[in-house]
Amino acid sequence: MAVKNFPIEAGHIMMFARSIGDTNQIYYDAEHAASTDQGAIIAPPTFVQSSAQFEPDYFLRPKIGEAWFGSGKTPTGITKKEGGSGGGGGLHAEQHYVYHLPIQLGDQLTATTKPGKSWNKEGRRGGKLMFSESVTEYRNQKGELVVTATGVGVRTEHPATSE
Amino acid sequence: MALQASRVKVGDVYQEEVCNNLSRTQIVQYAGASGDYNPLHTDEIFATQVAGYPSVFAHGMLSMGMTGKMLTNYVGDGRLTAYSVRFTAQVFPGATLTAKATVTEIREVDGDMIADMAVSTTDEEGVEVIRGKASARLDP
Repeated sequence: MAVKNFPIEAGHIMMFARSIGDTNQIYYDAEHAASTDQGAIIAPPTFVQSSAQFEPDYFLRPKIGEAWFGSGKTPTGITKKEGGSGGGGGLHAEQHYVYHLPIQLGDQLTATTKPGKSWNKEGRRGGKLMFSESVTEYRNQKGELVVTATGVGVRTEHPATSE
Repeated sequence: MALQASRVKVGDVYQEEVCNNLSRTQIVQYAGASGDYNPLHTDEIFATQVAGYPSVFAHGMLSMGMTGKMLTNYVGDGRLTAYSVRFTAQVFPGATLTAKATVTEIREVDGDMIADMAVSTTDEEGVEVIRGKASARLDP
């Protein structure tokens, strides 16, 4: 994954804060935010995840004019291949953030991702579990590292539920 | 508003309810804001008939985001230095989640006071859905 331009926009922060049920006015009200010690609207701690919106080929967003694997006339819009994942391209097992500098309204971030470790584990119900790590570095318009995000994904042979 | 070093000690606990009767619509809101439109989270027909799950379920990152709201309410804005979680159980519509931070250590790093916290989010049946840790810079 690489994101060339992830603009930190007020409407996007507002919608993100609403979606996590966060009423903190520092995410909504520029005047209030200016009166805090942060001095401006800032991004919530997990906001960088939404850089997916600015990743041209992000696979979990329908592409205009292309078949989508969610339901339409039939339960899935694509022909299901034998084997592979339990559905939906794997699950998210862990997420780690290290915060180096604040992200403020008006920042222009870039992101680069490199693969990390990968390992297998025998699951209790889902069969073999295949874990893989990816490390994304977010930098601001000055080239400063603002957040390091490490995601761990897991693919299962069968649907994994907690039951 | 930020947490002050003089007012925090190891063993302190802060917790809050971060969602009540989680709606499918809130999951849709998170999909729209985050850009993760995986139909496992928003498309009941796909989730049940194609992927074989009992229902749609929340993005792990929605639970992490809601848990992060508890953390920023506790430590203050722009104070987190690290935040990590493991997703230990799926969160289905209807869940009511309570997120809790427990101070495990207070240490000095380059003149700043840092609090380390254990993080745990549980559902209404006491099942832990997130287990993690976070660190925050404290005000003097």
